[in-house]
Amino acid sequence: MFSPADLLVIPFDDWVNTFVRGFLVPNFRDVFRAAQVPITATLNGLDGLFQWIPMLVTTALLALAALKWAGRGIALFAVLGLFFIDMIELWPETMTTLAMIITAVLFCAVIGVPLGILAARSNKLWTVTRPILDIMQTIPSFVYLVPIVMLFGVGTTPGIIATIIFALPPIVRLTNLGIRNVRGDLIEAANAFGSTGWQMLWDVQIPLALRTIMAGLNQTLMLALSMVVIAALIGAGGLGLVVNTGLGRLDVGGATAGGVGIVILAIILDRITQGMGEANGVNTVSLRQTLMNLFRSRGSQPEGETKKAG
Amino acid sequence: MQAKLSVRNVFKIFGDAPDEARERLERGETKEEIFEATGSTVGVQDANFDVGEGEIFVVMGLSGSGKSTLVRMLNGLIKPTSGEILIDGEDVASCDAETLRRIRRSKITMVFQHFALFPHWTVAENAAYGLKIKGVGASERRERALKALGQVGLTAWADSKPSELSGGMQQRVGLARGLATDAQILLMDEPFGALDPLIRREMQDELLELQKTLKKTIVFITHDLNEALLLGDRIAIMQDGRFVQVGTAQEIVSEPADDYVAAFVADIDRGRVFTADTVFNDPEAVVLGKDTADVAMRRMEELNRNALYVLDGKKVAGVVTYQDLATATRENGVDGDILSKVLITDYPTAESEHQLADLYGAASAGLPIAVTDEKDRLIGIVEPESVFAQLSGDETSEPDADKPSDPAMQRKGDANV
Ligand SMILES: Nc1ncnc2c1ncn2[C@@H]1O[C@H](COP(=O)(O)OP(=O)(O)OP(=O)(O)O)[C@@H](O)[C@H]1O
Ligand SMILES: [Mg+2]
Repeated sequence: MFSPADLLVIPFDDWVNTFVRGFLVPNFRDVFRAAQVPITATLNGLDGLFQWIPMLVTTALLALAALKWAGRGIALFAVLGLFFIDMIELWPETMTTLAMIITAVLFCAVIGVPLGILAARSNKLWTVTRPILDIMQTIPSFVYLVPIVMLFGVGTTPGIIATIIFALPPIVRLTNLGIRNVRGDLIEAANAFGSTGWQMLWDVQIPLALRTIMAGLNQTLMLALSMVVIAALIGAGGLGLVVNTGLGRLDVGGATAGGVGIVILAIILDRITQGMGEANGVNTVSLRQTLMNLFRSRGSQPEGETKKAG
Repeated sequence: MQAKLSVRNVFKIFGDAPDEARERLERGETKEEIFEATGSTVGVQDANFDVGEGEIFVVMGLSGSGKSTLVRMLNGLIKPTSGEILIDGEDVASCDAETLRRIRRSKITMVFQHFALFPHWTVAENAAYGLKIKGVGASERRERALKALGQVGLTAWADSKPSELSGGMQQRVGLARGLATDAQILLMDEPFGALDPLIRREMQDELLELQKTLKKTIVFITHDLNEALLLGDRIAIMQDGRFVQVGTAQEIVSEPADDYVAAFVADIDRGRVFTADTVFNDPEAVVLGKDTADVAMRRMEELNRNALYVLDGKKVAGVVTYQDLATATRENGVDGDILSKVLITDYPTAESEHQLADLYGAASAGLPIAVTDEKDRLIGIVEPESVFAQLSGDETSEPDADKPSDPAMQRKGDANV
């Protein structure tokens, strides 16, 4: 049976090899190495800090944050969960993972929010950005691990870079969406009073998009957490390493312990950032109020769920 | 009157083929035909008008007639396809972004149909928005915002969020935001369109009340003819992007330019459009202590009226009816004192700008109505029949031919720059 390969075989893998090995690596290796300096610095700073702060203090701070933004239940969960992590002797690894996650999310925000804002202001930029984000989200992360290793080497920083690539899309998308969805008449009003582009951004667009941007940040955080194990494949430390080691030795107990640590951390961080988003979202107040008024006018009590509506 | 805002030959054509659309317009094709042929929409065609300082210029038309497009061109939110828009001599249509910003910050401001208040700020912060943009310091900003809120009666709500306010109150905040910057020109795009009728009426009265002291130059958009007639010093009627008629309320109602306008004005409340000065006669009167009953009766016969006002010096003393005089003279003989004996001092009065709808009750009583000025001097007399004639649109019973020189009409006529 005929197949197109009989006619022509395309050496696609060779091309990629040539491109990466022959062009990118020799020419840009120094650039890439330099690019990871700020990431390494941030990571080391945070890791050092988290390892230095006594476990009880960190637990108390996280529990307080949970109490403020996510409610009593999550605060209690945070205390119990973190105690559990400490008792299974994974505290230092958990703090390394936390430092990695925060570093990754920080850089995602620093890159993603301005990019999202720019993309929201220019349709051209958005038509270019969008397919790139699609690729970033659909491409399996294993595919870019190899070039990352070649360009950046192995270690925690390359792991964070892989995490940044994987976790960046939602914050860009949702920042773009949030800014674009600011009501047209408010933009018109801001223009009618003679505001400049910056004034519009600070006074109107960012505050009104904040809720959506925070939702993007929350998604980015969750994606970053899901990369913890994969990043460990290229030498990142923390809980991911625990899981990987367990996997390598067929040590079910060790792998599970690492996994449980990640889950506990994920739940705490997810709930806190979600709560922050809602507290910051100006629309929440009015939305909540509208719903409450609605319920009130129907004669029944406002329900707890209304808090999370929207 | 000084023109604050001049619009010259302004066209706005939405779409990719403005030139072709223009040519077709000149050939007399309609908006629909042009849209079918070119895909371009005629938003506004050949708008020409001036708005004088302190004038309320109302643009009225059906949905899609181009009102919003027109008003947005006045502050540059939409760039006209061609034409000039002059604010104090500066052309908004062609100036650079920096100039446009300066004009928007200091000279022209806008009130929106759906309020467009910033939900993340308090009422006071909203009202202070224009000042914030201008770079006014926080304490002065708040002070001036509170002053503006005071003008619209919302001081007590300064620290609430807009979402806690009713629609009418929210629009007052919108108005306060416009007033706070001290811009002379106020654009209002269907500002009361989203309010229910009662609140709308209240807001209209309030706007007129405010305008008495503020004397802003207002371009007011509405699709409600009654609102247009109530508020407008002059009214432009728009159809398919074109002005079909520009004139005072009374001109539009009494002489509609075409069938389109005529259909609009057919069922409006004429009593709210026409004022006492459109129907009053010369202040014919006799003078107390000087003229006798005999003279009064003869005057009434000459004028073919059955009642006559009596002056005491310059002031109105009262009114006498032919019947009372006739009865009195029959009983007492012709005597100088009869006038004051039969004088009805409880006579109906009105001011020249009073609406006919408000004279209806007085007119029903049968006595002529004394039209007085602010110093209580008699400036005209309204016969009950002419009120009813005007209300029913019966043009045959127009008052005296000297009507156009009535002081009040002169004032309105001035607005025609
Ligand atoms: N951005 C736009 N692009 C294309 N066509 C437009 C645009 N804005 C308005 N139009 C068209 O221009 C015409 C005038 O619209 P405009 O909004 O000015 O009407 P309007 O008198 O304000 O109506 P309404 O009473 O519904 O507010 C309409 O036919 C509309 O479809
Ligand atoms: Mg409109």
